[in-house]
Amino acid sequence: MADNQQGLSRRDFLKTTGIATGALVGGGLIGGLVGYNVKKDGKTANEGQLATEGVEGAPKGLMFLTNQNEFHVLSQATERIFPEDDLGPGAIALGVPYFIDNQLAGNYGSNAREYMQGPFFAGEATQGYQSALTRAEIFRQGIAKLDEEANARYEKGFAELDAEQMDTILTAFQKNEVEMKGVSSEFFFRLLRQATLEGAYADPIYNGNANMEGWRMKGFPGHQMAYVNVIEEEKFQVIEPKSISSMQH
Amino acid sequence: MAKTLDKVDVVTVGIGWTGGIVAAECAKAGLKVRGLERGKNRGTQDYLMIHDEYRYAIRYDLMQDLSKETITFRNHRKMRALPMRQMGSFLLGENLGGAGTHWNGMSYRFLPYDFQIKSMTEERYGKNKLPSDYLLTDWGITYDELEPYFDKYEKTAGISGEDNNPFWGKRSSDFPTPPMKKTPILKMFESATKKLGYHPYMLPSANISEAYENPDGQKIAPCQYCGFCERFGCEYGAKSSPEITVVPTALNTGNFEPVFHANVVEVLKSGNKVTGVRYFDTQTGEEFIQPADVVVLTSYVLNNAKLLMVSKIGEQYDPDTGRGTLGKNYCYQLGPGTTGFFEDQMNVFMGAGALGMSIDDFNGDSFDHSDVDFIHGASITLGQTGVRPIQTNPVPPDVPAWGAEFKKASIYNYTRTLSVHGQGATMPHKENYMTLDPNYRDAYGVPLLQMTYNFTEQDRNLHQFITERTAEIMKEMGAKTVVPGSPITDYDIVPYQSTHNTGGTTMGASPDDSVVNNYLQHWDADNLFVVGAGNFQHNSGYNPTATVGALAYRAAEGIIKYSKNGGSLV
Repeated sequence: MADNQQGLSRRDFLKTTGIATGALVGGGLIGGLVGYNVKKDGKTANEGQLATEGVEGAPKGLMFLTNQNEFHVLSQATERIFPEDDLGPGAIALGVPYFIDNQLAGNYGSNAREYMQGPFFAGEATQGYQSALTRAEIFRQGIAKLDEEANARYEKGFAELDAEQMDTILTAFQKNEVEMKGVSSEFFFRLLRQATLEGAYADPIYNGNANMEGWRMKGFPGHQMAYVNVIEEEKFQVIEPKSISSMQH
Repeated sequence: MAKTLDKVDVVTVGIGWTGGIVAAECAKAGLKVRGLERGKNRGTQDYLMIHDEYRYAIRYDLMQDLSKETITFRNHRKMRALPMRQMGSFLLGENLGGAGTHWNGMSYRFLPYDFQIKSMTEERYGKNKLPSDYLLTDWGITYDELEPYFDKYEKTAGISGEDNNPFWGKRSSDFPTPPMKKTPILKMFESATKKLGYHPYMLPSANISEAYENPDGQKIAPCQYCGFCERFGCEYGAKSSPEITVVPTALNTGNFEPVFHANVVEVLKSGNKVTGVRYFDTQTGEEFIQPADVVVLTSYVLNNAKLLMVSKIGEQYDPDTGRGTLGKNYCYQLGPGTTGFFEDQMNVFMGAGALGMSIDDFNGDSFDHSDVDFIHGASITLGQTGVRPIQTNPVPPDVPAWGAEFKKASIYNYTRTLSVHGQGATMPHKENYMTLDPNYRDAYGVPLLQMTYNFTEQDRNLHQFITERTAEIMKEMGAKTVVPGSPITDYDIVPYQSTHNTGGTTMGASPDDSVVNNYLQHWDADNLFVVGAGNFQHNSGYNPTATVGALAYRAAEGIIKYSKNGGSLV
């Protein structure tokens, strides 16, 4: 996992460029990524050949964040929310930080399918999201705030803190004790927590849930064509998971 | 300048279940029908890669693009109404098939009590069972009168089920297909509810139990129990939906022409007739006028009401004076329920949208309400819809929401948790209504619909009562930890609750308390029909689609009659 934490090697950078080209050729971001990552047998393109480099699944890169420190802060925060343990990998090993970064670069980050016209007013809690900020803006601000808070409390960057210190800061965000602009820290924390779970359990075509380990830990078989022959079984069925990318040919 | 197109016999606004049914029936009868759909064409071929929880269940790929249009919301008149910027509480549809594409397929007929709720409640409990702020109204039609249309809808959709529920209305024929498979999880519910003296039955399902050909010759495939129904389309053509039933039937006649990317913004009216609709091509921005002998509003509840409001057809409801009917009696549903944590792992990820068992022992007027402070109730169900890992992270109450302990507990309990839930009926209240928003507009410059809604005392009492019943059932099922849902306070538009919005364009026996008559024909313009769950005078303890389907068949019959003879149908 060292590579994930240290960021991109030059070779990874070239591969990232390859993804971008694929997306243009494929005519759509998701279509392009899937086409690049997945072979006809449903295995990811670099299974095996890149395993020695410690990169799980397809090559990954940053599409939204611009510096390594931001990415490290995001990575460590997601790992505290969904840590590695005896059951299996945590957020970092599952690729969750890449998943979040990549989503922030697309419709999710720009709230493209949501009503973003003004005027904006705070509103009541029952009225839901009322900020003019996009998720991309909230994450950028929130990540910077995590670092700021770490420096104020411990005179260190967030990514350099020990686990307990990180938890203290995340808890302060969760309890809305940190001042943010245009959005509450509690809201940012909820977004971060939700995005972490999404990255752990979304189909691996989105660059999280590496090797479907999130699904395997949970006993969820992912995409299966049918359960019609086993649904009446009393016994719990352990089924090797499959990605939806296995449907492409 | 708007371009005026050739006149057609019938134009529908939207092509989902209601638009599809109206189009199929009218086109079969020889009428020329044009369906205006704001979204795109789609069908089974577009659902082959549908098993993607993130794209469809979390990011709502099949649903309405709120950047173009949403609603505003407030709990009461003193609160500033603000836009619903993100989807949450309910999931609006878009594109061919509408919400009929991503529904679960639960297909109950409303109860005889529902259609005569005011008179039957007064007969049994007197006039003062509920305070006068509750606007109970009969629907202007009885269950028996609507029964042939239920039958027609069920035969079109191939509904699977069994007729062993003592509380629902009499059926003229059996379900078209037998019930779905009774899984071990369903048997736990069956055995527990029987022990408690209740009457469990297999939920009527539009996920079809066996291959079926409907009376129009459309084929529906058998369900594969893949666990991706709600929020998804069906890649097998095994979940009955407009694009595999009524839409191809309409197209086969040669009399139906769907137009996509056509967003209707106004119903045009002259004197006491409507003349057609005005719409924008959403791809070019061009404006068109589609003249028609009959206009049928067949979009979702909220948009049907909005179109009448912006077109100034009918009188807007005013909660101060009680005058007006348009926008009145907006209702929703309650979700009382209990979560149970079990010892053994279960195949919870397998399932189908409408795979489940229900009881109606506490629904409608099945039990005596003399000693409780509410009317109606809820169907109580254990559904095995297939739970997926992003949305389902159940943890007992003492576990934190993140971190090591959360990870362990949510993974452990994912396959060891069941829930029993009620669908609680809601009664119309004078303060719950829809109107136009004065401040916010959609992408076409049309005002947004404004919703004013909160839970009422009746709701809170019903919710508590049903929650207790669900907890008793869960205990009987053998859960080691039983966690009843919290009591409701104010309605919150953020968490998902139910896409069963109703009212606003109600049906009835008189223009004094309804927008349309019992053929769904508008009281103020006899060539305008408004069809959907907006016709409901209150919301029942069931999913609405079967009742909406029956009403659409009733409306189609009315439109055909009107096209021959003209005039009011009642």
